[in-house]
Amino acid sequence: MLLSQIILFPLLAAIILLIFNSKSDLLKQAALGLSLAELLLGAKLFMAFDPSTASLQLTENYSWISQFGISYSIGVDGLSFWLVLLTVFIFPIAILGSWNSINKSQKGYYASLFVLQTAMIGTFLSIDAILFYLFWELSLVPMYFIIGIWGGARRIYATVKFFIYTMAGSILMLLAMIYLILMHKELMGSYSANLLDWYKMQIPFVGGVLLTPQTLMFFAFSIAFAIKTPAFPVHTWLPDAHVEAPTAGSVLLAAVMLKMGTYGFVRWVIPLFPQAAQYWAWLFMVIGVIGIIYGALMALVQTDIKKLVAYSSVSHMGYVLMGLFALNQMGVTGALYQMLNHGISTGALFFLVGMIYERTHTRQIAHYGGLAPFMPWYTIAFLIITLSSIAVPMTNGFIGEFLILMGSYKSNPVWAYFAVIGVVLGAAYMLWMVKKVFYGPTGKELSGHKDHLVDLSAREWIILSPFIVLVFWMGLRPNDFLNYSRHSLEHWVKNQSSYTLDVKK
Amino acid sequence: MTNEYFIAIMLLSPLVGFLINGIFGRGRWGGYTSGAIATFFALTSFASAAYLVFGLTELADGPRIISATFFDWITVDELKIPARFVVDPISAIMVLVVTGVGTLIHLFSIGYMHEDRGVTKYFSYLNFFLFNMLVLVTGDSLPIMFVGWEGVGLASYLLIGFWFNDEEKATAGMKAFITNRIGDAAFIIGMFILFFHFGTLEFEKINSLVPVGPTLSWLSPLTLGTLLLFIGATGKSAQIPLYVWLPDAMAGPTPVSALIHAATMVTAGVYMIVRLSFLFAAAPYTLMVIAIIGALTVVLAATIGLAQWDIKKVLAYSTVSQLGYMFLACGVGAFGAALFHLMTHAFFKALMFLGSGSVIHGMHHEQDMRRMGGLKKYLPITYFTFLAGWLAIIGMPPFAGFFSKDEILWQSFSSSNGHWIFWAIGVLGATLTSFYMTRLMALTFWGQERFDKKHHHPHESPYSMLIPLIALAVLSIVGGWLGIPHVISEVLPAHPANVLEHWLEGSLVHPIAATAVDGGHADHAALEWGLMGLSVGLALLSAVTAYVFYIVKPEIPKLLVQKLGQAYELVFNKYYVDEIYQRYILNPLVKASEDLWLYVDVRIIDKLTYVLTDMSIGTGKMSKAMQTGNIQTYALYIVMGVAIILTIFFGV
Repeated sequence: MLLSQIILFPLLAAIILLIFNSKSDLLKQAALGLSLAELLLGAKLFMAFDPSTASLQLTENYSWISQFGISYSIGVDGLSFWLVLLTVFIFPIAILGSWNSINKSQKGYYASLFVLQTAMIGTFLSIDAILFYLFWELSLVPMYFIIGIWGGARRIYATVKFFIYTMAGSILMLLAMIYLILMHKELMGSYSANLLDWYKMQIPFVGGVLLTPQTLMFFAFSIAFAIKTPAFPVHTWLPDAHVEAPTAGSVLLAAVMLKMGTYGFVRWVIPLFPQAAQYWAWLFMVIGVIGIIYGALMALVQTDIKKLVAYSSVSHMGYVLMGLFALNQMGVTGALYQMLNHGISTGALFFLVGMIYERTHTRQIAHYGGLAPFMPWYTIAFLIITLSSIAVPMTNGFIGEFLILMGSYKSNPVWAYFAVIGVVLGAAYMLWMVKKVFYGPTGKELSGHKDHLVDLSAREWIILSPFIVLVFWMGLRPNDFLNYSRHSLEHWVKNQSSYTLDVKK
Repeated sequence: MTNEYFIAIMLLSPLVGFLINGIFGRGRWGGYTSGAIATFFALTSFASAAYLVFGLTELADGPRIISATFFDWITVDELKIPARFVVDPISAIMVLVVTGVGTLIHLFSIGYMHEDRGVTKYFSYLNFFLFNMLVLVTGDSLPIMFVGWEGVGLASYLLIGFWFNDEEKATAGMKAFITNRIGDAAFIIGMFILFFHFGTLEFEKINSLVPVGPTLSWLSPLTLGTLLLFIGATGKSAQIPLYVWLPDAMAGPTPVSALIHAATMVTAGVYMIVRLSFLFAAAPYTLMVIAIIGALTVVLAATIGLAQWDIKKVLAYSTVSQLGYMFLACGVGAFGAALFHLMTHAFFKALMFLGSGSVIHGMHHEQDMRRMGGLKKYLPITYFTFLAGWLAIIGMPPFAGFFSKDEILWQSFSSSNGHWIFWAIGVLGATLTSFYMTRLMALTFWGQERFDKKHHHPHESPYSMLIPLIALAVLSIVGGWLGIPHVISEVLPAHPANVLEHWLEGSLVHPIAATAVDGGHADHAALEWGLMGLSVGLALLSAVTAYVFYIVKPEIPKLLVQKLGQAYELVFNKYYVDEIYQRYILNPLVKASEDLWLYVDVRIIDKLTYVLTDMSIGTGKMSKAMQTGNIQTYALYIVMGVAIILTIFFGV
């Protein structure tokens, strides 16, 4: 029941919030308390999880639409474990981060956040295709409102773009899912939407021919996940969504929602369509490399801090894609690690950008300059997260990037040679931004706001410290984290062409 | 067990100092408090290092190595990187230099920086640098070394941009980090090549797997891997083509220039190659490239040094040039000589940077040598110590630089990987060095006083600054006596042994049997004496010429500048290398990014999305228009549909 609790508790929390008065401090406090309760459930999961097995754990299975083999079926293993914990970890912080910046219809806002949490965790834990699809689509709705109601000036444009992009991908995925349910009937004699059953199917594959079931479905799923990731060239929704979203929206979008895409590749695409994945791996490696370099080049010429961070996401997620399609232990381990890293570094970066925006009400890099003397601790925090983002050793970013590059090199050195350019460009755009914002003479636009340029408040310290601790912990002792995923990843890599997953009794 | 503790203390005490000053001291403590704390932790580190090295000398036979494994850092698949640190004969020299010179420079900084507003931050960064440098030199595998490698780069970035209110200085820091990153990217790929070839990145294990004979192929993993590591070294150690950041790095406080950008960090590339001598020795093609790049850098930087007016810039280019010598030594397989020169250079260059700091301090932040002159009577101790540094760098016996530079020159001539051209370039470089350093002495300490006496009252520095100067001056004199060549020791009373050679015996690998002395002992001795005399003679001549130019007849250089015209402009403007990089690499990159953004993201991808959405809206509108609610219209559609189907299937 633990996993169901983790999935459904936020939904309950959303309902509980409805009884509070809007605009009361109590509402915020209740929201924070409920999210902390969810974090405790996460801690319970941490205790209950058995890292010594690759099998699916803590499974639950209830029949739902039994005619078509659709069920409410959930479970956790080393692939989804950390993503679930990342999600429960980041929500209380997101709520703290919204404390002063969200002032209209607060009740709706916090309720939306909780619905979003249910959807995200549900996506990571679903083992049934239709259930997965349900959560996947459900996540769009609260995010649509979060950006559309509490967002910036061009929020409507951004939400529509966001929605259309993701929907376009989802529809392809839904079609492929229905096809697979039918195919299961054809091959195995019964309808099933259960992923564990699907893994056992041998889906016909002919290399080099597009119109074979495996290849078609491989692309149908991949497109949906690539849009979410986002991979070049379907990434342009991301900068707009990020720029318009309120701080917590950006944080959740970057830290968790993008991972739904890459998680999709790990859980669904590659194990279900192994031959197609191997056949087309080069294509996704190339897309990954392009993402790394292209995202970094875009970041280099942005004038809006948030847009810069958004494009840096494109670059970082390019690494993830590359690591996944290296299809070896190092690459995939690095990719999984990089998903968490990106959640931490980019999540924290959006918080940091939000904090400074609340003080100055501008995101234009050119308006800044010489911030460091006014806000020294803020500057230090920003620098630490920057180091994580540009993957300096002893921070988490390095472990992920190093493993991904190494795995990619093992799989095809050529792409690693290109990808390593991103190591240089990443430092270039981040340090350029740091220089423009924090160093040099005080920016002209800032002179009017000098009274507001106070250093970190206690609340902001609470927001940032967990990130800073994790940056170094994950950078210095990666095995503490990797050990929880090791068996699952080993199993995943070793049995690539005929992947199946047991259920732990 | 105790050794593990001492390694931990050596590594961690600067880190503790960094945290204490960084977290508690900020804006609260003055320069003396934070300086004392930082110096204390540096000294603790030095004491542990000394203890460890002493312990190393006690280990008479067997592998001379003290190591500590703290935990497993990364374990994935076949990749296993333990957090293991070693003190062996090679790293022993480095830990002593790093912590020893480091402590002296910490001490110097108290006097130099105590009035600065960010002094606590300064000392915490300095400690942070020390920590990373120690990780770099004691790390027992390439990835652990890389941790320190990037860490010192970060410390360097922070310290170059220390006075970040000045955008130029902040930019210099950024430039240093990014230029280094280019090298680091190559370093990373180099690691991969070696890892997938040897299956490990730990030094000892690679050592046992390296093939015996030289690898004579450009495309072999050994050659490619070592070449890429060397590109990494050109970044960190400021060699062609990545040296451009180092002169700009002089924007940092002068003690930082002494510690990081002269004595220790910039030698990391040389150290890495010496550390991996067994690997590089097996890759003669790489060695050839290293020797060529090193030799070219020697001359290129030395010529630029001839025409600079900023005292720190002269020293910076001199550092680039001296590092070139170390690479030249590595390139001809004389790894011991490289390490020897690394050490003596750390002494005399740190000395001269600190000396220039003392001058700048005494002159109230004046760095332009055109506004100095005749300072020896105002700063006597600074002057005398500087004198030792000057004599060392121009290679006058018996000063430290003489022995190490002479060994490099001799090896580049006589070693099996050497060539007389390398020797000739080396001597040319030494002659140039002698000229620009004498010019620096003349412009700064000798001759007329050219500063404005109303505003400048040059004064000697406090003892906290003079003590390190004196200590380093002593080291700049005696430091070279650790490596007295045989030809000299034979004629000296008591025949002092070559301590360094003895110390490093068995730790370094030489490409093909060590410098062959097979061609008749006497001949070689005569040749060695001859070459030594020639290079010292040329250096002396060059120094005298410089003295004449800048003291006796100051009108000559002016005349020469006019005569040389364009050639002078070229050198004065540092061969326009920065401008070329800016124009042909950076600007096109930014322009291309802007174009990509405007055209690909905005005009193509987004436009395409709009077209697709418009199309779907269009079809929606069309089908909406069709639903009129009129039965007759629907009937018409049905008839039309049936007609079309019939046409298709039955071809009616």
